[in-house]
Amino acid sequence: MTDQLSTDPAKAVERMRAGSMTLSLAPWVIATVVLVFLPMVFTNNSALTIMNQMSITIVFALAYNMLLGQGGMLSFGHAVYAGVGGFACMHIMNMSDFFETIPLVILPIFGGLFGMGLAMIVGSFSTRSAGTVFAMISLGVGELIAACSVIIVAFFGGEEGISGDRTYAQPFFGVEFLQQIEVYYLTIAWLIISAALMYLWSRTPVGRMANAVRDNPERAQFLGYSARWVRYYSFIASGFFAGIAGGLFAINYEILTEENLNTASSGVILLVTFLGGVGFFFGPIIGAIAFTLLQTVLSLSTELWAFYAGVLFVATVMFFPGGLAGLIMMHVAAFKLGKASGLIKPYLKTLLPAAIGTLGLAALVEMTFHLRHAATGDDEMTIFWTTFSSHDILPWVIAVVITAVGLGIAKVTAPSLKEAWNEANTAGGAS
Amino acid sequence: MDLVLVNLIDGLVTGLLLFMLSAGLTLIFSMMGVLNFAHASFYMLGAYFAYQISIALGFWMGLLIAPLIVGVLGAGVERYGLRRVHQYGHVPELIFTFGLALLIEELVQFIWGKNQMPYSVPDVLNFTAFAISGNSIPAYKIFMIFISVGIFLGLLYVLTKTRVGMIIQAALSYPRTVEALGHNVPLIFMGVFGVGTALAGVAGVIAGPVLGTFPGMAFVLGSIVFVTIVIGGLGSLWGALVASLLIGWITTFAKSYNIEMENILNAIGISTPEDLSESVFRDFWSLTSPQIADILPYILMVLILIFRPAGLFGKRIS
Repeated sequence: MTDQLSTDPAKAVERMRAGSMTLSLAPWVIATVVLVFLPMVFTNNSALTIMNQMSITIVFALAYNMLLGQGGMLSFGHAVYAGVGGFACMHIMNMSDFFETIPLVILPIFGGLFGMGLAMIVGSFSTRSAGTVFAMISLGVGELIAACSVIIVAFFGGEEGISGDRTYAQPFFGVEFLQQIEVYYLTIAWLIISAALMYLWSRTPVGRMANAVRDNPERAQFLGYSARWVRYYSFIASGFFAGIAGGLFAINYEILTEENLNTASSGVILLVTFLGGVGFFFGPIIGAIAFTLLQTVLSLSTELWAFYAGVLFVATVMFFPGGLAGLIMMHVAAFKLGKASGLIKPYLKTLLPAAIGTLGLAALVEMTFHLRHAATGDDEMTIFWTTFSSHDILPWVIAVVITAVGLGIAKVTAPSLKEAWNEANTAGGAS
Repeated sequence: MDLVLVNLIDGLVTGLLLFMLSAGLTLIFSMMGVLNFAHASFYMLGAYFAYQISIALGFWMGLLIAPLIVGVLGAGVERYGLRRVHQYGHVPELIFTFGLALLIEELVQFIWGKNQMPYSVPDVLNFTAFAISGNSIPAYKIFMIFISVGIFLGLLYVLTKTRVGMIIQAALSYPRTVEALGHNVPLIFMGVFGVGTALAGVAGVIAGPVLGTFPGMAFVLGSIVFVTIVIGGLGSLWGALVASLLIGWITTFAKSYNIEMENILNAIGISTPEDLSESVFRDFWSLTSPQIADILPYILMVLILIFRPAGLFGKRIS
């Protein structure tokens, strides 16, 4: 029994996993410009908070994908590296004598070093094999460290965590990082630097060997590379960048608790990365943006957002293992053939009713939840800007009809979409 | 001495409960190479189903029906979920079961809410079986021991003495050959998955009344079960048994005897520092065994992985 992923280049799904994509300079420049000018479009503080959170998640997700996507190692406890990096940064913030002598901008490096140190210790025995065994060890170690947070109070601060003040650092060219906007620029600077470094890492021989070991460790060993050491290097590098994400978290929120270490956070970062797509370098970036937006929008409007996230996650694993990035890259062939425009109409015909049907289904779920769990006497509920009583029969009929009609139309039009898809991906023979 | 006996019984109950979960998990793993992260979620479903059934039909019908429902659900997950994801490789399979575990927890909260359910021990078993120098042992614990030992013996009999068991064992080692001999291997896989999850369901039914039936119950036990099968050796049934009992006893004894780190360190010749409140190691000095009882299994796992990576009874990992 082999635990590793095996890649069969004959299959389109797996060919996408090989991930040997070269990015030119243009996307980096565009991304930088967009990031710099974004605060001028979204000026209010809550938007800045969301963008900061997004940037931190992107760094963390990219670091996580160094393991999952590029190295084929599935970790269920990666939050501890970010968490420990963050805790270390927080302790440095509280060592006022030392903290006064360094500018705040270099603080994440310490987080990275501590994350890397922990990864060096854990990796020395966990990277012996990939696949299931690695996943189990990562889970066990993650749980162990998370459980330690309530025992080793001196470092983790027990249940209330530890907090500090970022403004005690030495001013950086007069900037004291009192305001959110200053922190935003610090965060995106680190985001761009670490994303670029992680991309460059994936182009180095050790990064390419990580791909080789993921796909066929035996063959890599025949070529004279130690699969174990290659995995170890990836693991350390991933721990470093996860630690940087933790350091950025410490600077942004100025508090770290047990929540930064536990399995739930590790699960979230797995979800983010997989949703975005593990086969491409930019996949986790899309995933982090989509997930943060989804979380912000959904958690404001429904109690059940974790339920929807779970459904979305399972559906992604079952039907789109390439994630969002995989979906986007599926269309490259059609674009190259110049036939992408032929897809717009069939897409509208199928996906629009499907989306409406799904919203109808969500409405049914919300109504069921309200019927079961709302306080007695509280019949009123509001969904999609309409208020009604969940005990009446009419709203139920409407929701069921919308769901059935929406999904029905999607089912009827699906074959023609498939036809259009095949047509758009076939060279020549256009009619 | 009497306390030792009481703890032995308590540890046995915990260990056997763990074994019912880890037996199914390790069987599924050795057959399909899939580590089912949602295994403990099926345990939780067992408890909730049994609670719902026990309201209408009483505890015993719950014990009978709930595992069946859980087993059918498990088989369905294998047939329509895992088999589909299988083509993408092992890592997506793991991620799938992980997502399933999250989803089941959310689903349980959706249906039954976040509070603990009033699922309790049936009146027939709600008495004291016997007492050891003042420490009473409830009859329900004895009942749990008998159920789990019975299931273990049944499983052992089916796996080693019957024709079905022989085919399963053969399919564990040489699935291709068994398939070539005309057996429906995917059906066997589905069956094993169903039986494994049904076992978890039984564990849930009998553990629900004592450990509490709440949405977090899968999470509490889940990671310990994985630790158990890693310690025992992935895929080894005997290893799972030994590791379950070991963990059951270690945690029980650590909780009931208050061993302090300070005493241990003093005994081996390290004296307590003068000013403990300022020392970085103050938490280390004030450690007590009940405090670390819950993380002892993880520490044990890390030690096992460092010194014997294949686990106690595992075959060598190639």
